[in-house]
Amino acid sequence: MSDLNAAVAAGVVGAEDAYRSLLSATVEVARAIFRAKASSVLLLDEETDELVFEAVAGAGAGELIGRRFPSSTGVAGWVLVTRQPLVLDDVAADTRFSQGTAESTGYVPKGLMAVPLLVEERVLGVLEVLDRPSDTRFTLAEMDLLGLFANQAAVALDLLQRARRARAALEGEGELGALARIAATLEGADEERRAAGLELLAALERLL
Amino acid sequence: MSVLAHESDEELPAWSLPAASGESIRLPATWPERVTREWAFGGSTGAGVRVCVLDSGVELDHPHVGIVQRSVAVTRDGDAISVADDDAGDLCGHGTACAGIIRSLAPDCELTSVRVLGEGYTGSAAVMLGGLKWAIEEGFQVVNMSLSTTKKQYAEQLHDLADTAYFKRTMLVASAHNMPVESFPWRFASVVSVGSHEETDPFAYYDNPSPPGEFCARGLAVDVAWLGGGTVNCTGNSFATPHVAGICALVLSKHPELTPFQLKSVLHLTANNVGGDR
Repeated sequence: MSDLNAAVAAGVVGAEDAYRSLLSATVEVARAIFRAKASSVLLLDEETDELVFEAVAGAGAGELIGRRFPSSTGVAGWVLVTRQPLVLDDVAADTRFSQGTAESTGYVPKGLMAVPLLVEERVLGVLEVLDRPSDTRFTLAEMDLLGLFANQAAVALDLLQRARRARAALEGEGELGALARIAATLEGADEERRAAGLELLAALERLL
Repeated sequence: MSVLAHESDEELPAWSLPAASGESIRLPATWPERVTREWAFGGSTGAGVRVCVLDSGVELDHPHVGIVQRSVAVTRDGDAISVADDDAGDLCGHGTACAGIIRSLAPDCELTSVRVLGEGYTGSAAVMLGGLKWAIEEGFQVVNMSLSTTKKQYAEQLHDLADTAYFKRTMLVASAHNMPVESFPWRFASVVSVGSHEETDPFAYYDNPSPPGEFCARGLAVDVAWLGGGTVNCTGNSFATPHVAGICALVLSKHPELTPFQLKSVLHLTANNVGGDR
């Protein structure tokens, strides 16, 4: 049992920071690959049905983390709901479009690539790459690259979410919090109580 | 139900054709020896064909879209899905882009917008399904679906809807996914699925010999209608799809008797790599 608890704890303690670094590195690399001005990962918060800035590289990096907007409007919302990537260039300075886009990007870009972050049948969020160099023509090979890259970002985001769920469970917030508390109690208990507790757990396991 | 039910109004027990009754279901055979684009849609403007754009809505009065016959929105209240007239326009720009592409190929077709975006992510697959069901019940000849779902729980219902559409003569034109994931409905054989090529000719389309992505059409750097009456330069399979939807409208305007099976055959025979462009 102590092994289990240690394993869970090891998986969670510091995991948030590590995965956050992984996500930051991911958006930095996305920005570098496409020589873009900025890149960001937006995480879907299913409880509030909103998209939240989880990692940002380049323009807007300072102030965007944590910002939220509705999950099914604008370009990011379309990409999330339809699971289809989208690349926009030569965005005209139209007020309505600019306002809507700025909400999901932090500033008004001339060009925007957005791709869903998919893990199996779940959509975790959206990866955006803003303002590739305007002198280069976009190709379908880049579109494929964007899709492949999004897969990697999706795995990083999935790990971050798993770590958060595990931490919530350990801290007793999730529905399996009781299990984590029992594991912690057993860890600290004396030999006799621990043996009795494990016996009870074994009986519970057989019952279930 | 039987093969003769619509002819004789008699309910026959199975999918059987009684002896010597083949003549009673004779179908018109008007196909030419060689199906060319001239035969398929030469001179066609898409007039009389009802096309549905299942998307983010369509901006009203956009100069590249023109008249939108009807706009509805699909909404969700718990498990209840409803469809009602809508004046919210387009919540993203994408639906307007698709409508504009279809209009540019088939200038006289009738366009209807079914907005399936805006109800939040959580119920989005159910809303999409509700919109598709409505479009099939309404009997549109062509439905443009630049969208997909990865949720397996909806795959079977979507499959049933796609088959229903196929037999009710509604051609579903769906975007192929260009990411390595399993998604629907574009994989189903009863729809026409579309990916992108890099050419600039809006009438260039290819039959892909390695399906499930069946056809490729223009999807790179396309100038499309967007919000606020403007245009944006866009790339993605979701822009290739309305090119094929527009061509379907042209063909059906000239040959309204074609079933989805026959229409797909026409697309094959007139594809660039089958020699149809010559």
